[in-house]
Amino acid sequence: MPEQLVFAMEVTLNGLMTGVMYSLVALGFVLIFKASGIFNYAQGVMALFAAMTLVGIQDGRVPFAHIINEVLGTDIHYFGWEVPALLAILLTVLVMIGFALFVQKFIFRHLVGQEPIILFMATIGLAYFLEGVSDLMWGSEIRNLDVGLPQGINDTIDQVTFEIFGYGFFIDNLDLWATGIAAVLVAGLIAYAQYTKNGRAMRAVADDHQAALSVGISLNYVWILVWSLAGIVALVAGIMWGSKSGVQFSLSLIALKALPVLMLGGFTSIPGAIVGGLIIGVGEALFEFSIGPLIGGATENWFAYVLALVFLVFRPQGLFGEKIIERV
Amino acid sequence: MKTLATLAVATVMAAGPALADLVFPDLSYRTGPYAAGGIPFSDGYQDYMTLLNQRDGGIGGVEVRVVECETAYNTERGVECYESTKGEGALVYQPLSTGITYQLIPRATADGIPLHTMGYGRTSASNGTVFSHVFNYPANYWDAASVIINQLLEENGGSLEGKTITLLYHNSAYGREPIRTLETLSEMHGFELSQLAVDHPGQEQGNQWLTIRRERPDYVIMWGWGVMNQVAIQEAANIRFPMENFIGNWWAGAEHDVEPAGMDANGYRALNMNVLGDLPVFDEIQEHVIDAGLAAGDGTNLGSVLYTRGMYAAMLAAEAARTAQEIHGVADIDASMMRDGMEALVMTNARMEELGMPGIGPEFTVTCEDHGGSGMARMQQWNAEAGEWVTLTDFIAPDDSVTDPLVAEDSAAFAAENNIELRCNES
Repeated sequence: MPEQLVFAMEVTLNGLMTGVMYSLVALGFVLIFKASGIFNYAQGVMALFAAMTLVGIQDGRVPFAHIINEVLGTDIHYFGWEVPALLAILLTVLVMIGFALFVQKFIFRHLVGQEPIILFMATIGLAYFLEGVSDLMWGSEIRNLDVGLPQGINDTIDQVTFEIFGYGFFIDNLDLWATGIAAVLVAGLIAYAQYTKNGRAMRAVADDHQAALSVGISLNYVWILVWSLAGIVALVAGIMWGSKSGVQFSLSLIALKALPVLMLGGFTSIPGAIVGGLIIGVGEALFEFSIGPLIGGATENWFAYVLALVFLVFRPQGLFGEKIIERV
Repeated sequence: MKTLATLAVATVMAAGPALADLVFPDLSYRTGPYAAGGIPFSDGYQDYMTLLNQRDGGIGGVEVRVVECETAYNTERGVECYESTKGEGALVYQPLSTGITYQLIPRATADGIPLHTMGYGRTSASNGTVFSHVFNYPANYWDAASVIINQLLEENGGSLEGKTITLLYHNSAYGREPIRTLETLSEMHGFELSQLAVDHPGQEQGNQWLTIRRERPDYVIMWGWGVMNQVAIQEAANIRFPMENFIGNWWAGAEHDVEPAGMDANGYRALNMNVLGDLPVFDEIQEHVIDAGLAAGDGTNLGSVLYTRGMYAAMLAAEAARTAQEIHGVADIDASMMRDGMEALVMTNARMEELGMPGIGPEFTVTCEDHGGSGMARMQQWNAEAGEWVTLTDFIAPDDSVTDPLVAEDSAAFAAENNIELRCNES
């Protein structure tokens, strides 16, 4: 087999893995948009906040330590204990549910019935607010995240592909885990939406929130539910991305990679977020591999948007999005 | 009416900057994707200035006032910071960003305010005959590129013939700075140079490291900043690239760059333009600044790589101000006098020792022609087990025969584009 073809296969596989990581971020957007029509600009910052909270709990850090010390004249930064990863994750989930309650009670409950652009702008404000709270709560330093996920080359794949192609493929163990976790997450979300009472309520609100209200479904409750789920998805995305780079501000920027995924997959489809992520991941990887060296490289950021725009021309609602027809 | 007018004047005077302050703006970034590097640098810069106030009553008897402005490493915000603080009587600007530096060079020169771009910014600004108000001592990017190659020559018996070196760079004005020098060095020493760009902020580098894994270069040189550094070091570990052959410049060699990768980062090397370790001045900062509750941060960054560098930058600024006071015979200097002080700055080992920072940097002398200092840097290596950087070499000199012509060519082009008359004519 030609060497370049083998390399392209390796690039494609890695692109798929990267695509899964993008999908993890995009999922959070889809959940909220589907149920409430809100494009949540704060989703990336939620991933940062969730990951910072997780590390903070794990390390036994005192939240808002700087403020507390400044006001009380103390010098306390740690509680003096460490929390096991699994328990820390569960506690972080509780924090994200608390965040969902806060968001609903203090922001979106007051904005029911407002134009989508108003809701969108509220999420922009929320993003900056959360960014600041995250800094105040846990500081701006880079935190090491270790929840026990393995990293580095997968030796089995390396050996097997070497025997077949004469060249061992690189696949990161962390990416394999991310793929597995994403699969479980998506399956869980779909099952939850299909087979539970709450899930059916979510779908009812997504289809027509006025009709859902008329049959006694609490809009308030459903919105808290989807913001909680989006918070949990943000936590998963934060763990996966944070394991690669440490937990730091740039985690919030991964939301930018979710936008082309959403444009491509549609804003209202969970499978769309997955497929969109995979297409973007593979597309940008192959473009960088084949064309990148000819034009100076670093094409990933802009090419993802070009790819999404091309899809938009032919299918404005995205691959799996619902076609909205408004009659005058 | 007269009383009202008098009151108005008094109010304006009271609201204006105190005349007896020496104002050092600190264009910092404590927020945004590059905050992890910006915070310790700014802490070091401010804490040293506070030490001078607390211990010595300022510089030459005049109190120092640091005006901090948050840029978030964003060029537009950096320019806004400059415009909003220059009226305070700013003596010198240190933007800590190559992008901001490029924007400030014409503005600061027109305003008569010097820039100190220590180890960053426009490399050819070391030519004082063209860049009257820009100083990049003690070293610049082209020096760094040359120092790395000199060290590799040393390790390879004086020849890099047939070796392959990949430059992994931040796709920005900063990251592209060393390309020209490395291309020249590649022709001179016969090594093959390939380049891989990483887009801001650098969270995704999977494709770049797949390329490195396929091409298996002998060395990878990194010009990174922010999250790019942490991701690159982790990716290098993931593909099992030999860490000792992965070398960062001095903005890719802080503790927070290597710590997220844990033990995998062991052996990674980077340049440093200043020494590491316990300096006597740290005890003084602890006593007069941190323990007194006057630190810019929480004091935990004291002694880290970038804290030390920020402190070093502050020391060089303070020494230039002191030199300016001596030259002009006044304590309350202005930006123009500060520029003169920077151009006459002499850093000796004796003086560094006197300041409690023995050997923090190389000795150098700034002249009208040479604003770039010695260009020397050290190589350090990360010991993951001990959790500390270990200095591997003494200060290594760059190859001036390579960098000087490049500086001359680039600065001449800048002078021609901007109709700049060359300075420093001795007549």
